[in-house]
Amino acid sequence: MSVDTATVAKIASLARIKVSEQELEAMVPELNGILAWVEQLGQVDTDGVEPMTAVIPNTLRLRDDVIDADPLTGGDKRDAVLANAPAAQHGFFGVPKVIE
Amino acid sequence: MTDITDLGVAAIRDGVVAGTFSAVEVAEAFNANVAAAQDALNAFIVATPDHAVAAAKAIDARRAAGEALGPMGGVPIGMKDLFATNGVQTTAASHILEGFVPQYESTVSQKLWDAGAGLLGKLNLDQFAMGSSNESSHFGSVVSPWRRPGSNAPLTAGGSSGGSSAAIAARLVPAATGTDTGGSIRQPAAYTGTTGIKPTYGRCSRWGVVAYASSLDQAGAMARDVTDCAIMLESMAGFDPKDATSLNLPVPDWTAALSGDLKGKKVGIPKEYRVEGMPAEIEAIWEQGIAWLKDAGAEVIEVSLPHTQYALATYYIIAPAEASSNLARYDGVRYGLRDLPDGAGLQDMYAATRADGFGAEVKRRILIGTYVLSAGFYDAYYTKAQKVRALISQDFAKAFEQVDVLLTPTAPSAAFALGESNEDPIAMYLNDVFTVPASLAGLPAMSVPAGLDAQGLPLGLQIIGRPLDEQGVLNAGLAIEGRAGFAAKPEKWW
Repeated sequence: MSVDTATVAKIASLARIKVSEQELEAMVPELNGILAWVEQLGQVDTDGVEPMTAVIPNTLRLRDDVIDADPLTGGDKRDAVLANAPAAQHGFFGVPKVIE
Repeated sequence: MTDITDLGVAAIRDGVVAGTFSAVEVAEAFNANVAAAQDALNAFIVATPDHAVAAAKAIDARRAAGEALGPMGGVPIGMKDLFATNGVQTTAASHILEGFVPQYESTVSQKLWDAGAGLLGKLNLDQFAMGSSNESSHFGSVVSPWRRPGSNAPLTAGGSSGGSSAAIAARLVPAATGTDTGGSIRQPAAYTGTTGIKPTYGRCSRWGVVAYASSLDQAGAMARDVTDCAIMLESMAGFDPKDATSLNLPVPDWTAALSGDLKGKKVGIPKEYRVEGMPAEIEAIWEQGIAWLKDAGAEVIEVSLPHTQYALATYYIIAPAEASSNLARYDGVRYGLRDLPDGAGLQDMYAATRADGFGAEVKRRILIGTYVLSAGFYDAYYTKAQKVRALISQDFAKAFEQVDVLLTPTAPSAAFALGESNEDPIAMYLNDVFTVPASLAGLPAMSVPAGLDAQGLPLGLQIIGRPLDEQGVLNAGLAIEGRAGFAAKPEKWW
């Protein structure tokens, strides 16, 4: 499978990365090179093989349903959460207007 | 008197306990080396001399009070700038996180401070740990302290933990944290004549580590020798309920059980690692490694890992897929860079921020990842890769029915010059050919320095072990270390 300029533009849009026409042109052969290279996996017979989901068998844990059980990840951290926000306002994350 | 900065973790810790020198003297000696090398080596993104001295003062006070100092007491270390450090900028060597100051401490770094270590600074790396040469850092490439004889051409210190490896080799730090997704601890260690171990996936908490490919990312220890790596890894590892993939197992006392006696052990030599076009010197050092392990009492057996040749392609589907998902969080809203063009809406802000904030290799991997996960292609690429990954893992499981550890070269060459391999992304990816398979299978693996090539550059050997058998890996590493007698260090030019 290979990608053309329109496909790369579509992927970039899905990935929310703005790319110029010039960058698009440069990316098409690069991505095609990588995609052609990974195509070699087609040679491997994987019939009946279960896709790997965990490298070490492990079960997902549930924590006790207790508020602030771990103070590091509990609540009441508004200021710390907002400390690195580029445009915090009134205790919230500020974003450009999304509703007219 | 010995130069303090020539000492490793165990020697510094023991010297502080014995009163041979104070922890503050140690911190100041390393601080001076860090400052003197910064312009030439660019190993640090941020140096934190005050943190190092403050931690050292606390250790000296504890010693004066007759308290225990901890397994890393008085040892100042470098922290790869992928670990969140409370109040100290953490960037992942990216523009998008430039100026980001975490309000919390990663589990691994906290454990190291609890063990008595201090912070010399945040070490440079490939942007978001994506790279094998440290050339993708937003803050410039790390320059290796090693040079080819008669040449000033700057060499790579490897990647992605290249700041860590360069700093250890140049005696700017006695030890440093690294992270390894496809070889990012082992390859830089090999290129710089240093030692690095990636433990079993799940041994070290990923909480507070900037995520690249979550099913592969694993923190580990880098230092000058096997014993120092064991001491440091013991301090870093352990169960953390804040990481869903953390293993709820006790951390063994690896240091106490270190032994280079391999009598009764079986070492596997995977025949598929004899890749075409492998330089004769790599072949020779591998043969030398086999002889050393035999001398240590091990029986050496050829084994087969038939899916080895597909590991890199598998990795370059899975890692970008996970990266595209993980890096979706950088949106210009919650932290990091925001690029808001005049009159732009929310979507335009996302796209402009991410275009400005990510480097070329990061964008490349996000786009590949987005493509392989997109509707209609998911099964052909991602599911297929996860199936091949299962086969690669089964290859290892079968080999470990016959042998205790595997011995391979760490990298297919010695360090290359900066700018030499960055034209073709795939050529760069091939650096990880020997390290990626163990990452895909989540196995513990380490690189130990084995010798120098004809140009005087270090070469490393890799040991891969069974899941949770860090001890077997460290012991085989110790057997090689004792026989290689690697004492070379880069001649100081910086």
